[in-house]
Formats: sequence, C-alpha cells, structure tokens
Amino acid sequence: MATLHTRAAARLMMAPSVLLLLAWMIIPLSLTIYFSFLRYNLLMPGMEEWAGFTNYSFFLTDPAFFQALFNTLAIVVGVLCITVFGGIALALLLDQPMYGQGIVRILVIAPFLIMPTVAALVWKNMFMNPVNGLFAWVAKAVGLQPYDFLSNSPLLSIIVIVAWQWLPFATLILLTALQSLDEDQKEAAQMDGASAWSRFIYITLPHLSRAITVVILIQTIFLLSVFAEILVTTNGGPGTQSTNITYLVYAQALLQFDVGGASAGGIVAVILANIVAFFLIRMIGKNLEA
Amino acid sequence: MGSITLQNVAKHFGEHVVIPSLDLVINDGEFVVFVGPSGCGKSTLLRLIAGLEDVSGGQIIINGRDATDLPPAKRGLSMVFQSYALYPHMSVRSNIGFPLKMAGEDKAVIDKKVTDAASVLNLTDYLDRKPRQLSGGQRQRVAIGRAIVRQPDAFLFDEPLSNLDAALRVNMRLEISELHQKLKTTMVYVTHDQVEAMTMADKIVVLNKGRVEQVGSPLELYHHPDNMFVAGFIGSPRMNFATGDKAAAYNARTIGVRPEHLTLSTTDGAWRGTVGVAEHLGSDTFLHITVDGVGLVTARAGGDVPLRHGDTVFLTPEEGRVHRFNETGASIR
Repeated sequence: MATLHTRAAARLMMAPSVLLLLAWMIIPLSLTIYFSFLRYNLLMPGMEEWAGFTNYSFFLTDPAFFQALFNTLAIVVGVLCITVFGGIALALLLDQPMYGQGIVRILVIAPFLIMPTVAALVWKNMFMNPVNGLFAWVAKAVGLQPYDFLSNSPLLSIIVIVAWQWLPFATLILLTALQSLDEDQKEAAQMDGASAWSRFIYITLPHLSRAITVVILIQTIFLLSVFAEILVTTNGGPGTQSTNITYLVYAQALLQFDVGGASAGGIVAVILANIVAFFLIRMIGKNLEA
Repeated sequence: MGSITLQNVAKHFGEHVVIPSLDLVINDGEFVVFVGPSGCGKSTLLRLIAGLEDVSGGQIIINGRDATDLPPAKRGLSMVFQSYALYPHMSVRSNIGFPLKMAGEDKAVIDKKVTDAASVLNLTDYLDRKPRQLSGGQRQRVAIGRAIVRQPDAFLFDEPLSNLDAALRVNMRLEISELHQKLKTTMVYVTHDQVEAMTMADKIVVLNKGRVEQVGSPLELYHHPDNMFVAGFIGSPRMNFATGDKAAAYNARTIGVRPEHLTLSTTDGAWRGTVGVAEHLGSDTFLHITVDGVGLVTARAGGDVPLRHGDTVFLTPEEGRVHRFNETGASIR
C-alpha cells in the first residue's frame, strides 16, 4: 500500500465488510437497549409502554442477581484454576517421550470435541447420578453412601463438568508452547546446576507465560457465558444455587416471558463482561507484548 | 586444575555408532580444538564430556576423578552453546548470575562476580538489557560471561562463532584467545572451521567418523600430517593430491602439495597446465589450473600475477614440501 491511490482503493474495497460488521453489532445492541427501557411481556402483547429504568432497578435488586453474579465469577475462576494448573501438568506429562504418545494425545483432546449438552448429559446420567452413576457405584463398592452431586453441590459439579471440557484446550495450547522451548536452554540450565524444579520455575514457566495468558483470555470469554451445561444438568437450581447471569437472563426472557427485564439483564451482562475484560487486560495483557 | 582424560569412550545411538572407541588426554590449561567435517562426532564428544549425553562405554576422568556417571552440574564444567542458549526473559545480569543463584550463593557475592565478569567482557553498559536487545556478538559475550562466573575447571565451546558474521567472528576469535591467556583455564572448543582451529588451538584433535585422525599442535599438523585426511583438512585452500606417474616419481601411491608450495613459471617446470579461474584477493591470487594427468590443481601466486584464463603455465612442487602417502592413505616419512 505504497501510494495514495492504492490506499484509497483499499479503503473503498474494505468499506462494505466494515459497514456490515458495524451493522451486525450496532443493530442487536441498540434493539436490546431499546427493549430494556420498555415494559414488554410476551404474555401481554400490544401492551408495550415506556418504563424508564424500572427494568434495571428490578433486575439489579433481584436477590437472584447477586447469587448469579457470584456464581458466574465462581465458574470462571474455578474452571480457570483447574484448567491452567491441570493443563500445565498434563502438558508436561504429554511432552515426555512415551509409548503410544499419539493415541494418548488424541484421548486427552477428545473431551473438547464433544458438544456441551452431550458432555453434560454424560456427566449427569453416567457419572453423577446417585443411583446409576459411576461415582455412586464406586461409593457403594467401598461401603459409602452415594453422594448426589447435582443437588448437594450443584455449582461445584458444574465447575467440574466445564473444566473437564476446557482442560484439553489448555493442555493443547500449553503443550505446543512447551514443545517450542529451545532444548539448548534446558541443557544450559542443567549445566548451570539447576534442579528439575528450578528449571521448571525459572525456564519453563516464564516460557509458558504467554501461552497461559492466551488460555486465560480465551477461556474467560467463553466461561462468562456458560449455559448448556446448566440447562441440561440443574436448570439453575436447586433454587438459584447454580444460576449464572446468562442463565438468569434466559430464565427472565423465556421462562417468565419478560423481554424488557431480560434485555436489561443482557445490558448488565455486557457491562460486567467489559469490566472483567478491562481488569483482565490490565493484569495480564502486558504479557502479550513482544 | 582442569585435566580431562577419555578412556575407550564410545557412543552409539541404537544401531548407529557415532564414536567407536576413543582415547584422549587434555592437560590442565590447554586450549584444545576438536575439528572435523560435519557428522564426525565432535559435538557428540563434547556433549559426552559435558554429561549431556550418556556414554555407551568407557570412562571420562575429570581432575583425576571418575566423572562418567556424574550429572552435568557436578562435573565443574561450563558450556557455551552454538545458539547461545540465553534465557530470553531474564536480563543480562540475571543470565550471568543464574549459575551462582542455582549454587545458592549470597546476593552480594553474585552481584560482585557478575559485575566483575561484565567488566572483563565489556558488558557493563548492557547489564539491564534483555538478550533480544543485544547484537550477536554481545549475546555471545553474555553466554561466555555465564560460563566464566562459575570459575569452572574447564570451558566447553560448541561451535560458538558459527552464528556470527565474518568480521565479528575474527574479533570474537581474538577475544576468546585473550580470555584463555588471562584465565589460563582449560578450554575445549568444537568447530568445523579449520581456520579457527589453526588460529586458536594449543592442540588440535582432528576427528573423522568418530575416530581421532591426529592430535598435535597446529603447525605439526600442517607440516607433518599423519594421513591424507588430515593433510586435506588442515590448510586453506586444500592440499592438491596427485596419483599415477606424478606420484610414482616420488615413490608413493599419492602425493600431496599445498597451493603455497607450488612454484609457477610460464616457460618450464615439472607439471604443465592451463589456467582456469583466477581468484584475485589483492594480497594473493589463487589460480585453479587444470594439469594434464592430475586434474584441477590450486596454486597460490602473488597478488599481481599477470596470468589470465586459458594461459599455459608450468608448476614445480618445492623441494622437501611434497607429502607422500601409501595405499592406505598414511604418510610415508
């Protein structure tokens, strides 16, 4: 793009896609904002009227909102902890030369390829079910009372299910990063008298920092909106114990038919996501600079 | 103290034999260069000494102590890698101080030693930079700095200059030689470049296919090569070899004459040939001459030699400068 002419031409060529992308974002967002200021319930069609901030004050003072906010953060933090630490450990293991490496790697990656609803159903019915589940069978085999995971600790169960799905992603990214570590550096550290643990702390971990940043950023985006796993396993319950913001918005719109309230919730979720993104970028974004 | 003795050292990678069996003595304070073509096992040998590879047989004795099964860090050796292997996320200061930190030294002691090493290597102004902000030569010096702070019994260099440009290589060659004069520590240096070997070494070990072809001082190897391999490998440009009648005249299967030991004449001489390419370097001219019955011969002439492509010249090997070899390629003395 050397000359003014080519630059102008390039702008002209890009304009349609830029406009399309802009419209793609602006129209749903402005419609949602518009709805959030209406009294708009699907059970009372044609009764829409201007409501001001009522929807917002209603949504924000709902006790379920604080529970959902806490649950959302708990899911994000919990899953991130499990996947990052577990991912590093698994990547270190898979990096060792061993027999049947290819098959083991495919097995490790498999959970990521399973769709969330299916994964959640498998966990709900085959593992965590208190009558027929594998965990119940193990508990009975050693003489313990089976534990009903989904009703007694629903949030933890969902964190485990979601972490199981995202662990392969973290492992994969960290494994590729691990394999790009210069062999000479490890040998140099060995010559310098560093023990295996020191080599991990001073050489491997700093080398992985950028990959860890990528894992945290990408996973946070998706973990803020966990939905299918909750819908399939607990339906947000018991009560609101496993409801996150996404599920709360869904319940507002499609279980209570309150489009206005749900739109307000949606806008709140957008603002929250931006706050999280702001802190995230400030905390770890500097790792991404070369 | 920094003597290294190798006894019957062997290395196999599965079926592939890299070093069949090798004996070598490196004395304290010597600058020893392992030289040979690529794939001759010289880097493997260095890594065996360092402890980064396990020997398949034989013993490695460092300072009179059997070090065959010692881990690398316990052998008292430091290594400089071809790729420098600096830690990219650490500053120059932390890079140089890393071995001391791992040894659990006091912070003040580390600071002092790092500062000393940096001043020896002219790195004082760069201590707070990251490796990526340094030039190739500076990175090389940081790698050397990291090797010297530990005050090892011996330094191991694995082709340390091959990533540098030609001018810098000559500079670093001098710096490493000077460092050796200053520290008087044993240095083992691996290179495929015979010029580096000739200019730096006290003792050259010529390796070929995992075997030691000859051990000796640079000039010994130049003047009295044991066999055709050493004769051809040491010296630049390569020695010219001739067989047949020309060799029979000297009672040998093969004779070798270095380009600098051929006398040129336009009128008469022992061998007659036609000038091909002439490489004018200013100080010297290397003439590639096709000699009847020998093939392509390289001859060194003065800088202003008036010969051109296609001219006929006569070459005469200098008296007493002809190397003679028998059927097995060994020298006839």
